[in-house]
Amino acid sequence: MRDVEWGKECDMSGYPEIREKLTTVEEAVRRFIKDGCQLALGGFTVNRNPMALTREIIRQGVRDLHIVCHSQGQALDLLIGAGCVKRLEVAYGANGRFASTCIRFRKAIENGEIEVEDYSNNQMSLRFLAGSLGLPFIPSRTGLGTDIVNKEGFGSETRKEAKVARKKLVVTSNPFAEDKDEIILLPALNPDVALVHAQYVGDDGTVRIKGLTFADLEQAKSADTVIVTCEEIVPKAFIRLDPDQNSLPPFLVDAIVRVPYGAHPTACRLFYDYDPKHLNMYKSVAKEDDTFRKYLEEWVFSPKSQAEYLDKIGGAGLINIKANTIIGYAPGLDRR
Amino acid sequence: MGEHTEREMMAISAGRLIKDGDILFAGTGVSMLAATVSKKIHAPRSIVFFETGGIDPSLDELPMAVADSRVMDGSALNSGLVDAFSIVGHRKFHSVAFLGAAQIDRYGNLNSTCIGDYKKPRVRFPGSGGACDAASLASGVIIFMQIGRSRFVEKLDYLTSPGWLEGGDSRKNAGYIRGGPIAVVTNVAVFKFHETTKEMYLAEYYPGVSVESITENVSFPLDVSRAVESAPPGDDELRTLREEVDPQRLILA
Repeated sequence: MRDVEWGKECDMSGYPEIREKLTTVEEAVRRFIKDGCQLALGGFTVNRNPMALTREIIRQGVRDLHIVCHSQGQALDLLIGAGCVKRLEVAYGANGRFASTCIRFRKAIENGEIEVEDYSNNQMSLRFLAGSLGLPFIPSRTGLGTDIVNKEGFGSETRKEAKVARKKLVVTSNPFAEDKDEIILLPALNPDVALVHAQYVGDDGTVRIKGLTFADLEQAKSADTVIVTCEEIVPKAFIRLDPDQNSLPPFLVDAIVRVPYGAHPTACRLFYDYDPKHLNMYKSVAKEDDTFRKYLEEWVFSPKSQAEYLDKIGGAGLINIKANTIIGYAPGLDRR
Repeated sequence: MGEHTEREMMAISAGRLIKDGDILFAGTGVSMLAATVSKKIHAPRSIVFFETGGIDPSLDELPMAVADSRVMDGSALNSGLVDAFSIVGHRKFHSVAFLGAAQIDRYGNLNSTCIGDYKKPRVRFPGSGGACDAASLASGVIIFMQIGRSRFVEKLDYLTSPGWLEGGDSRKNAGYIRGGPIAVVTNVAVFKFHETTKEMYLAEYYPGVSVESITENVSFPLDVSRAVESAPPGDDELRTLREEVDPQRLILA
């Protein structure tokens, strides 16, 4: 019984240019995110995580995901904790001061429940960049002599699978140098799906991310399918008035869902801050399996819509984190 | 002001190492505090930037993560990771990165990945993030650590971020063009690295701390012949730190 479906709060009939792409989180996940697919998570630790999509992936019980990301926080931790992830290529799993290491991420790795391959942020960003340019690999100078180069997480069987590079990386000499000059070659990434949460999408499909883009643009451009959730759908006349501010062209985007507070409990510049109350509560319940399961039940499975989810946060909670629309965060927010 | 905490002393000690005009790469936690302290107290013309792409933000409020929306306000430019790393490694700038870690060895190599076997770790940490990149690319690195034998180790469980590697010229021979650790700032002392061997030595101990209590808490031999007592934090330094940088005591507490 769903009175208001996930993400269906907007009137679809009003946007003829994106009628084909405009959908709900439920439909976007059902259509594009298959068991075992390779998924690039947008955002960075406590900011612009695609949380509405993440919760829907968990609700639909998607399994064996191969996650590729640089520094991820809440979305990664929830997906791992809910048992959706089989394999992970990552640089960092933490959530600011709310989790110096992501709690379920840490637990799953210590218990050997997921396969992990470590890279650095620069390396992961470059791998997406290479994928976006159609290059098979890209050189990098960071990490020479470290265990990121010397130790491998994936086993030889994993290396044979689809969407997994045959080697973690290759150290070779710069072919243009006369003297010895070692360089690392990193395999490109072309994920099946990239998830992005943006502030604005034009009613023509143009995407505008405000604030830092992290590696969202490289991730989106390297992926086969791009799903964008957004805070607001705005008129084409507005978004094309200042195209210098835009992030992705309409034809790169496959599905668009309007989900207000779609990154909660992480931040979305100009709209809301991260939610310290929620993230502190998560920190206290994520450690133990039974309390974590209760969290999923209460915050992921029970709410029948984004509206119901937001009702649980409550008006006072939402006002508390509401961003100042000029400076972009909630000044004076109690972040302890 | 008199009394001060270990974290306050750490942030101020690190700030004192910064030259005005340096380009500062700030991480999470104490390193965020130290970069902000440097800018507000010691090196007002320095630029603080974040690997996430936030370049020279106003820092009116202390960010508690490098992706905090507070690194996006009043900035010269909001960009992304690829842009940020082009600045860390830029040949025109003297960039200094602030990094923390779970383990350090005598050459300032860092582990922020795991304890135990990499494939089945006893303890898993977040991983490199941008630390390996900053340690590879920056002109210099200032490291934050708590002292302790399990942290100052003979051999790292995992080498995440390159310091002076095996000492001597090994960093250069590995392919790094520049950089390497400048100092290790701890809760009791500041360590630096020998000019040629690149081995860690005790440079400063905080007021009231004995040299023996430091050597006992480090698993490798330590040259203490150059050690001097640090100047205590000045009233101005403490006031700025407490009232302007971290009034909510997000990181100081």
